[in-house]
Amino acid sequence: MSAPALRLAHDPVFDPAGIAPPEVTGHGAGGPAPKRIIVGYGFWIFLLSDVIMFSAFFAAYAVLFKNTAGGPSAHELFDLRNTATETACLLLSTFTCGMASLAVGHRNQKWTQLALLVTGLLGLVFIVLEIREFTGFVSRGAGPTRSAFLSSFFTLVGCHGIHVSAALLWLGTMMAQFYAKGFRQDIRHRFLCFSLFWHALDIIWVAIFNLVYLVGVLPPELLP
Amino acid sequence: MRRGGSGVLRSLLPVVPVSLAACHPAVLTPAGPVGEGDRIVLLDSLSIMLAIVVPTIVTILGFAYWFRASNRRARYLPDFAYSGRIELIVWSIPVLVIFFLGGIAWISAHLLDPAEPLRSKAKPLEVQVVALDWKWLFIYPQQNVASINRMVVPAGAPLELRITSASVFNVFFVPRLGSEIYAMYGMTTRLNLQADQPGVYFGLSAHFSGDGFPGMAFDVHAVSAEEFTQWTAATRETGPVLDEAAYRQLLKQSQDVTPYTYRSVQSGLFDDIVEQRLPPGEGPPTARSAAAAAVVLAGRQY
Amino acid sequence: MFGKLTWQAIPFDQPIPLAAGALVVFVIAAILIWVAAKGYIPYLWREWITSVDHKRIGIMYCLLAAVMLLRGFIDALMMRSQQALAFHAPGYLPPEHYDQIFSAHGTIMIFFMAMPFVIGLMNFAMPLQLGVRDVAFPTLNSVSFWLTAAGALLVNISLVVGEFARTGWLPYPPLSELTYSPGVGVDYYLWAIQISGIGTLMTGINMVTTVLKIRAPGMSYMRMPIFCWTTLASNLLIVAAFPILTATLAMLLLDRYVGFHFFSNEAAGNAMMFQNLIWAWGHPEVYILVLPAFGIFSEVVATFSGKPLFDRRSMIIATLGICILSLCVWLHHFFTMGAGGDVNAVFGIASMIIAVPTGVKIYNWLFTMYGGRVRFSSAMLWAIGFMVTFVIGGMTGVLLASPPADFLLHNSLFLVAHFHNVIIGGVVFGVFAGYTYWFPKAFGFVLDERLGKAAFWCWLVGFYVAFVPLYVVGLEGMTRRMQHYDRPEWYPWLLVAGVGVLIILCGIALQIAQLWVSIRTRAQRRDLTGDPWDGRSLEWSTTSPPPEFNFAVLPNVTNDEPYWSIKQQARARGELVTPEPEYAPIQVPRNSATGFVTAFFAVLTGFSLIWQIWWLVILGLVGAYATFVAFAWRDVHETEIPAAEVARIDRANRAARAAALREEAVQ
Repeated sequence: MSAPALRLAHDPVFDPAGIAPPEVTGHGAGGPAPKRIIVGYGFWIFLLSDVIMFSAFFAAYAVLFKNTAGGPSAHELFDLRNTATETACLLLSTFTCGMASLAVGHRNQKWTQLALLVTGLLGLVFIVLEIREFTGFVSRGAGPTRSAFLSSFFTLVGCHGIHVSAALLWLGTMMAQFYAKGFRQDIRHRFLCFSLFWHALDIIWVAIFNLVYLVGVLPPELLP
Repeated sequence: MRRGGSGVLRSLLPVVPVSLAACHPAVLTPAGPVGEGDRIVLLDSLSIMLAIVVPTIVTILGFAYWFRASNRRARYLPDFAYSGRIELIVWSIPVLVIFFLGGIAWISAHLLDPAEPLRSKAKPLEVQVVALDWKWLFIYPQQNVASINRMVVPAGAPLELRITSASVFNVFFVPRLGSEIYAMYGMTTRLNLQADQPGVYFGLSAHFSGDGFPGMAFDVHAVSAEEFTQWTAATRETGPVLDEAAYRQLLKQSQDVTPYTYRSVQSGLFDDIVEQRLPPGEGPPTARSAAAAAVVLAGRQY
Repeated sequence: MFGKLTWQAIPFDQPIPLAAGALVVFVIAAILIWVAAKGYIPYLWREWITSVDHKRIGIMYCLLAAVMLLRGFIDALMMRSQQALAFHAPGYLPPEHYDQIFSAHGTIMIFFMAMPFVIGLMNFAMPLQLGVRDVAFPTLNSVSFWLTAAGALLVNISLVVGEFARTGWLPYPPLSELTYSPGVGVDYYLWAIQISGIGTLMTGINMVTTVLKIRAPGMSYMRMPIFCWTTLASNLLIVAAFPILTATLAMLLLDRYVGFHFFSNEAAGNAMMFQNLIWAWGHPEVYILVLPAFGIFSEVVATFSGKPLFDRRSMIIATLGICILSLCVWLHHFFTMGAGGDVNAVFGIASMIIAVPTGVKIYNWLFTMYGGRVRFSSAMLWAIGFMVTFVIGGMTGVLLASPPADFLLHNSLFLVAHFHNVIIGGVVFGVFAGYTYWFPKAFGFVLDERLGKAAFWCWLVGFYVAFVPLYVVGLEGMTRRMQHYDRPEWYPWLLVAGVGVLIILCGIALQIAQLWVSIRTRAQRRDLTGDPWDGRSLEWSTTSPPPEFNFAVLPNVTNDEPYWSIKQQARARGELVTPEPEYAPIQVPRNSATGFVTAFFAVLTGFSLIWQIWWLVILGLVGAYATFVAFAWRDVHETEIPAAEVARIDRANRAARAAALREEAVQ
């Protein structure tokens, strides 16, 4: 028969106060997994699919990087200070989102709402900075319709921005749900998905920061 | 023949010689070394696989028939669900066949690469091909003439084709001469072909390119070297000039264009097209008047 | 106010689409009025439209696919008849029309017939085979179905309002860019696929999670039925490939709507990149379709040979091998784009390698029959027909995988014959086999076998008569998608192909007759035990149809044929082996209108995006978001079925089984 089940006393990250009953995790031969595992697993698969979608945009960006059609190139356009600020916002927001997760684990409404609010504000600052960057490019004649390179840049970075905006909408909804219904199990599951989403967007930003901005400002002679 | 049936039978008569002609399908009766090479790969791969596929199909039908439930002579082995020996054979046969075919694919993909120049003592002929909506333009840079929907070439000479498109994707394909290749805007593809014997070989576009696509048929006339020189000289005597203005006319959509020639070509026209110094083909006449559209469609003949 | 939408969008001046559209609208209206008059709407709403039960959703998917099969087949009839007539003649379909028909044929058959059919069958059977109650995310499942239906609806609206794409079933740029396709046709295609693509991606996530995380106790990976393994492989491919489709079509949409330059001829766009991206999705897509078909055949061949599947381990390895390899071969769809000898050769060899695990599967089915007692039910006939036909189709595929051979045959009717050979021989025969096999489980009565076999023979003969001439005419240099032609040597073959499609039409007519007759005589063909085929896997242990909760108690699985082994023990003893279990109340997920309402807003949003009615777009998006929030605000997610009810249902099942065992023992 199957090996003895792995039993945890409590989930140290999501349930530090040990409120939930112990769960059987791992190896499917133990019967259907508990709901929290299923929800988290399914959302991870979604995140992987989203990463693949971003990969397609990254691939297009790589192919079209040099297709500037006589227009501005990355080297001429990108401002690393703006990008650094955006990065700081997102990294900080990931931290505050983690704080919110701990607050949810402790069922603390005040700190949950506060941490989520700060997370949302940092996300909002990120979006505002990004919109400013985009409109700045457009006013300099470097809009997405100028060349294939710019089309791919705006789409890749813009797609990430759209994901962040959608996440902010989700964030607001989660704040409202916690406020209205408390820390019910299904709402905590949804919040687990939200925080995974938020952290994943940060990881994708790290990829964008490196592959788009840092590579982009290199002098053209250094690029293959 | 009875009266009623004779009419039907007579209308089907053309089918008979035509079906006999099917014993020589174009792709399998190449008229040049490239088509010959492609055909060898095709038929060799087919034979290798038939050697596996035919016994497999026979066995499928044979097992199904022999082990039918009503056949009491067949042994019933309800627990026969694994055999290491069969597993080994069943994996090995396809692997070995694929090794063999893969080797053929590797070698032939390199030897028969369309950009690979043909080994020949004869002087190669350069032709620049532009796919337009919906006709083919053939420019002869060495002879400084051009032709629409008909390519005249010397038989026995290697043809170095540089191919592009003025608008959407097309594929340049002459089935009896062999390999086909894409025609794409802003890019040049290279194709090397040769017609060994004089003859007329039909060509077409093998990639759907819009409403006028079926009319993108053209003919390749392979002629003797003297006839080719005569044709070049005659072409230089009459016909319009292919300059930028004439080319812009070609960019407008038209279909079923009867073949004609240009007596001279603006220097560097093909490079201008490829490097996008000339605009791409216009699309359908959305803003234009119905009268202009009617002119475009009037050329349709069957 | 209404964007680009005007009265001219309705084809008042084109008799054929006008008549077709009017007929369809009339038929749909008549059906809706009849349903309403009979008072069925509350029943349909409660039991089907808002259902989140995988069995109901699976059946609805298959129904959608069947209806779309008729629509796509009519397109095929029109294409074949046009080509049979258009030798030195214009035929009866002008190019603008013919081009839409072949584009719609491919789009509908792949996205709205084949995909829904295999997803429907996976939805229905997989949770039952795993011994569990439902998929991981039942409400998401409903949303997936309704979004797919929304996409199908949009494509069919294009028949009556506006036009469809004229680019083929994959909208290659530059032809699909605004310059060369200024109408709304390509937009209809793009939004319909994007909407249904979201649904399909969610199905992928749902089923991967189900197969990996929700199985009966004791069912380790090696004890999973092969159909569930192929479900897993197919859905892993969905998760891996569909995001690429979404991204690529989004790029084309941006080009068309906002003037971006991903693939345009101007401003350094790269149309070749579209081919690479779309086929990076496109090749896995065909394996998404065929892998479940392979799984169905594994079940059918084993059941109707009276033997376990030969060499399960090899089958599993082959399935996963095909899954991974299918991501590595996409360039074989454009060998003729001039990538050079090295690149072409590598992808050619990779494409050939994928034939190895496929060949292994054929041999394993062969040896499953060996030593068996083969019963030629119609499902088994589909399986044998598949084995022969698919081997031929696979062979022509390996032929095309050799770059020099492809240089002669790319885009020809030889290619068209090849992919129809594997799709019809593989996927279509597979879903027909699965439909026949699981129909009794879904509806409680068996389909008429005689009509089923007659339909099979018509399909088999019709397929060969329709497509072998296309192989020939491809070798004669004919390329695909020609609205007219004037080479005399092509003409007789296209006539024969036209006859072939009429024979297939007879097959379809017989299938419709089979369904009609079976429903009318269903009282005589009831499946009383739940196991009409002497099956081997867990779905045959439930009643036909199964109760909402599938199993009163989740079975404890100890080997790879759990139902068969228990059944054999019961047969030996002449009575049930497992004792009556302790019945407990069962929680089942509540119905939800989320799927249907989301799809409503999806159709609204899609339609208004196509016609650029921007205020309606915003309304649609807000409506969709509001639907999610409304669903999120739900407090009660499940209803409870009381223990007494569970006991009643299960005891009836056990009694029927015991009675059947006693009757068998007497014989």
